[in-house]
Amino acid sequence: MMPEVPASVSLVWLVVLLPLLGFLANGTLSFARPTATRAVSAVGAGVLVAAFVVAVAVAVGVARGAPEEPYVVTYWSWMPAGELSVDLAFQVDQLSTVMLLVVTGVGALIHLFSIGYMGADPGYARYFSYLNLFVFFMLLLVLGASFPVMFVGWEGVGLCSYLLIGFWFEDKVNADAGKKAFIMNRIGDAGFLVAMFLIFQATGSLSFQEVFRQAPATFEVGGTTITLITLALFLGCTGKSAQIPLYTWLPDAMAGPTPVSALIHAATMVTAGVYLVARTNVLFALAPVSSLVVAAVGAVTALFAATIALKQWDIKRILAYSTVSQLGYMFLGVGVGAWTSGIFHLATHAFFKALLFLGSGSVIHALHHAYHATHRHEDAQDVRNMGGLQRHMPWTAALMWVATLAIAGVPPFSGFFSKDEILSRAFTRGHEAPVFYVLWAIGVAAAVLTAFYMTRMMLYTFHGPNRTGDKEREHLHEAPWIMTGPLVVLGVGAVAGGVLNLPHILPAAGWLDMWLEPVTETGALFLPELHLEAGTEWRLLLGATVVAALGIGTAWRLLDPAALRPAAEAPAELGFARVLARKYYVDEIYDALIVRPFVWLSDRVLWKAADAFVIDGVGVNGAAQVARFAGWVGTRLQTGHVGTYVGLFVLGTLALLRVLTR
Amino acid sequence: MLLGPALAVSAILFSIGVGGVLLRRNAIVIFMSVELMLNAVNLTFVALSQQLGPQGQVIVFFVMAVAAAEAAVGLAIMLAIFRHRETVDIEAFSVLRG
Repeated sequence: MMPEVPASVSLVWLVVLLPLLGFLANGTLSFARPTATRAVSAVGAGVLVAAFVVAVAVAVGVARGAPEEPYVVTYWSWMPAGELSVDLAFQVDQLSTVMLLVVTGVGALIHLFSIGYMGADPGYARYFSYLNLFVFFMLLLVLGASFPVMFVGWEGVGLCSYLLIGFWFEDKVNADAGKKAFIMNRIGDAGFLVAMFLIFQATGSLSFQEVFRQAPATFEVGGTTITLITLALFLGCTGKSAQIPLYTWLPDAMAGPTPVSALIHAATMVTAGVYLVARTNVLFALAPVSSLVVAAVGAVTALFAATIALKQWDIKRILAYSTVSQLGYMFLGVGVGAWTSGIFHLATHAFFKALLFLGSGSVIHALHHAYHATHRHEDAQDVRNMGGLQRHMPWTAALMWVATLAIAGVPPFSGFFSKDEILSRAFTRGHEAPVFYVLWAIGVAAAVLTAFYMTRMMLYTFHGPNRTGDKEREHLHEAPWIMTGPLVVLGVGAVAGGVLNLPHILPAAGWLDMWLEPVTETGALFLPELHLEAGTEWRLLLGATVVAALGIGTAWRLLDPAALRPAAEAPAELGFARVLARKYYVDEIYDALIVRPFVWLSDRVLWKAADAFVIDGVGVNGAAQVARFAGWVGTRLQTGHVGTYVGLFVLGTLALLRVLTR
Repeated sequence: MLLGPALAVSAILFSIGVGGVLLRRNAIVIFMSVELMLNAVNLTFVALSQQLGPQGQVIVFFVMAVAAAEAAVGLAIMLAIFRHRETVDIEAFSVLRG
């Protein structure tokens, strides 16, 4: 039976409505008064702060109520169609509360940062209206109590992602990046739709509660249907969360404004896939093969993207591949059945990756201003044009170092605990099947690389001599407080986020485990009991520390920022470094294998053969030719001689008489 | 009374009219042939009215009136054409050829 919804939880509609109102207000302003930047800032960031406050109230309500069954708040019947009935309903439980807080909390900070970062942009009102709309859809995604409601949010965030990647659409590269993201996501969305059809066919319902209640009885463990459903769902996840094979859109998505990269393409939207797997943990637990696929794709993506990040020079691209890699970790976590660990890493990653992106935003902002002041056209995002920035921007440098230590997995920063938890859970499953040891080893290798490439980025950006340019150097300065303020808050999260879920050998451990237990307990029934001895856990913790130290130390020893030349004078990469710098040529391979044949098919077959020849030629022009021929035959009768007409008239009359007098 | 010969004369007259319309090229002659056909029909009406009542004779008056009107209009057209083309040869008027 559904539990009674407490008053504070029933306020949840307000969390969703506030960003929507912000979108409408800012959207109106972007047409009516695009220059009213103060009003736009107040509305845009204000609604997010207010939404966060309400979200905290909702979270308190959930914590007080501690419901075993989720609170479901139903507003109206959305699609009553025969056997299918879908309500517009929100599901407020421990999992969606975590997401609610992450989305509104990190979102509010990024909105505040945007006030400083985007202040001079002519599209300021449009920017905030899109950002508000994104938050609205993201909240719909995490709060939806059924697959279709979630799907609306799922599609909506994809739309906002497209709009914001192509925010500076005057530049064709940006518009193309937006299209790429949209199309890649569409491939994944097809999987989501197929999964919904299969779920409805099997259970006759689409609401989470009903499907999860029926699932254990309806599906046999490892059966074909459930495996197909979960694999189709995971296809949706690979699109939205940028996993192999659909990850290529995320690095290109960096064409958007940097706060967008922080909010949408690092902290929230791209984690939707992880949330989906955690939400449908019952289904994935029933399909061990799919879970293994999820874990394997996650682990391979983590390593693959980390190697590419080793040789990127664009600061945002390094972070983008790092995001792909960290998302891989989350999928490794949810794939091995450690749903809490996946969500834990999602939360800590939201802090440190948002911090890294916003920090890189500060850096780009500073370089952009410096180059703008001297009218030079250099790449403001290339780390080869940076160097020594810690002297000019001490706050940004310090805070980004905090985030770097967190993502590299240095204790006691947040990333250490969340990443270690995922790896140790993968390791534990190794008792059951050795393949998990392989996945664990891949994860560890990716962790070394993570520490390495992050240290490389920091060294080149903030240390050694400055390579920006002699005249530009005096224009480099720290960002205003409206930008550094949110960084400080995120920094606190990046440091302390680990306390959410400490390892079991430490005191006050496993708080998030307990919090999420009502959500994951049904799925956990189908998994073997996971237990790790204290000794092994200590060794794994120690190993993770060594791994992080190894990556950072190697980078520190091998890389010399003083030897680096500015981007314009950089030597060409050789050998395997070239393969990495060109991202394994995956874009080129996709282009050759899929895009070009598709374009060829569209051009030669669909356009020139089917459309131009068959439809236009045979169909439209053919019909006209037939009519014209019939008309030509008719004109032959019109001789213009009265004699012919009268003769035919007489013949006709005689024929008529013959018929009538028969 | 004399119905058979009257109808025969009527048929012959009508056929001569049709032949004239089909074969002659002078528009005035074609007009006269049309009048011949109308009067052949009139003869048929009158001949048959002996047996079928006076309605046929009434229709004959209508036909005469319509024929007079038709002749007036037709001759006016002929005059107009003649003023333009200086001929009433029907073969010369083939502007509407398809």
